Amino acid sequence: MTSALNSESEADAESDDRTRSQSCGSRGDSDVDTGADGQPQPHTIRLELPDQPGQLLAALEPISDNGGNLLSIFHERGNVTPRGRIPVEVDVEATPDRFDAIVSALRDGGVNVVQAGAEHYAEEVVVLLVGHLVETDLSDTLRRIEQCPAASIADFSLNAPEGRTDSSSARLRIATRAGATAEALEMVSEIAEEKELHVVEPLTGGAA
Amino acid sequence: MSDGKRLAVVGAGAVGGSVVDLAAEYGHTVVAFADSSSAVVAGDDSGIDAAAALDRKADEGTVGDADPDDALHADYDVLVEATPTTLGDAEPGFSHLRTALERDRHVVLANKGPVAERYGDVRELERNSAGQVRFEATVGGAIPIVSTVEDLSPSHVTAARGILNGTANFILSRMAAEGIDYEHVLAEAQDLGVAEADPTFDVEGTDAALKCVILANVLSEGEREFTLSDADVEGITNVPGSALELAAEDGRTIRLVGEATRDGIRVGPRLVPQNAALAVTGTRNIVQLETTHAGQLNLSGRGAGGPETASAVLGDVGRLE
Repeated sequence: MTSALNSESEADAESDDRTRSQSCGSRGDSDVDTGADGQPQPHTIRLELPDQPGQLLAALEPISDNGGNLLSIFHERGNVTPRGRIPVEVDVEATPDRFDAIVSALRDGGVNVVQAGAEHYAEEVVVLLVGHLVETDLSDTLRRIEQCPAASIADFSLNAPEGRTDSSSARLRIATRAGATAEALEMVSEIAEEKELHVVEPLTGGAA
Repeated sequence: MSDGKRLAVVGAGAVGGSVVDLAAEYGHTVVAFADSSSAVVAGDDSGIDAAAALDRKADEGTVGDADPDDALHADYDVLVEATPTTLGDAEPGFSHLRTALERDRHVVLANKGPVAERYGDVRELERNSAGQVRFEATVGGAIPIVSTVEDLSPSHVTAARGILNGTANFILSRMAAEGIDYEHVLAEAQDLGVAEADPTFDVEGTDAALKCVILANVLSEGEREFTLSDADVEGITNVPGSALELAAEDGRTIRLVGEATRDGIRVGPRLVPQNAALAVTGTRNIVQLETTHAGQLNLSGRGAGGPETASAVLGDVGRLE
């Protein structure tokens, strides 16, 4: 579980049963019951929104609908992500259970929640996998990476120019907890080795 | 710059030949020159006729009528060892170095073998000799890496990493830029003379690994000796165009990066941002030094080539006491 760094328990959540390739974070749907009588606390939600009119408003509605008190919005228009999305940081005051409901509602509405609450996926790492990805059960590969408490797949791209049966490449953007990047990379390497896939790791730690 | 030295140059490939060609320009005299089967030794201190020896090498394949051994025993101050790098016992380069040191002569290496595979033996021989061993040319061609680490003091350098093989870098950068496959780019590189007919040493990462082993030996200052067998090495032959495409979509690219620290050596294809200092293109090399007090230093330039590498050899000759 993901509670090691989590002094506030509200975001201590179990893995979402929906398979997502486009989101990561606290994985919502908390079963940790700090009770509906938990005190309202400030939370930070990081979203990535498509650069289209109305997206921000659509993203904010589930917050008020679920009883969250909007504290601030930081809309980073000038800082477009590599995938052309606009990062938005929203501070919300809510009780723990309401906060979980907000995150779930956002995700149900198709909003890309990058990070939510006090569960910090503070670092992000991009790796490439090369080899017979499809034949070696790609969904199993991804599921096993997701099972690592320190890591969550934030984005996935497959490039299989020769079709399913030949060698192909995949790019994984993995959100990891602070200080857990090495652990996550090691885990990816282990899975890859077992499946005879090649890993192209990033240079980490101030290099490049 | 010190006074002119008398040089014996062993090895008549691109680097050895360029040293012979350029020595006079740096104030030194070549008194002996050998390839694997022949040698020319000067009759006096005015040195050999460099142009004649190089012409003869080009025309007939030999540099003179003498025996290669005669060059090793000629009356020189510095032996320039520029025979091809060999693995394992690093012969015949290692024996050439031993002969010179036992005669209390200096040795300047362009051959990576002795300092990558037998660093401890080299340092041991050096301790018992009045001669010194220098090897700037073994890492990064023209780029002053070893001397920079020396200037900083190895104890103040925590890591060295970089692009140390121009052939592999050429192939990866062409694949990324043109969206073409490994085999195609390799054939192109062979036509251009950037890759050898047998490119194994370059594309499997061995050459980059040897350079990293040398750097790790320099950084560890004899506390631990590294050889190629200590290196974790992966080449670029498994990097398909599809992986470079995925990297590019994300503002990144793939480079064959070598890393050396006191704890070990790792060479393999790595993701780096396209605009990163390490993402040099073509045959260019770069080394990034992490230092304790001086931050990060990036040294880049030509990592191979006859005159380029000869300039590092002659720089070493100039540093000798």
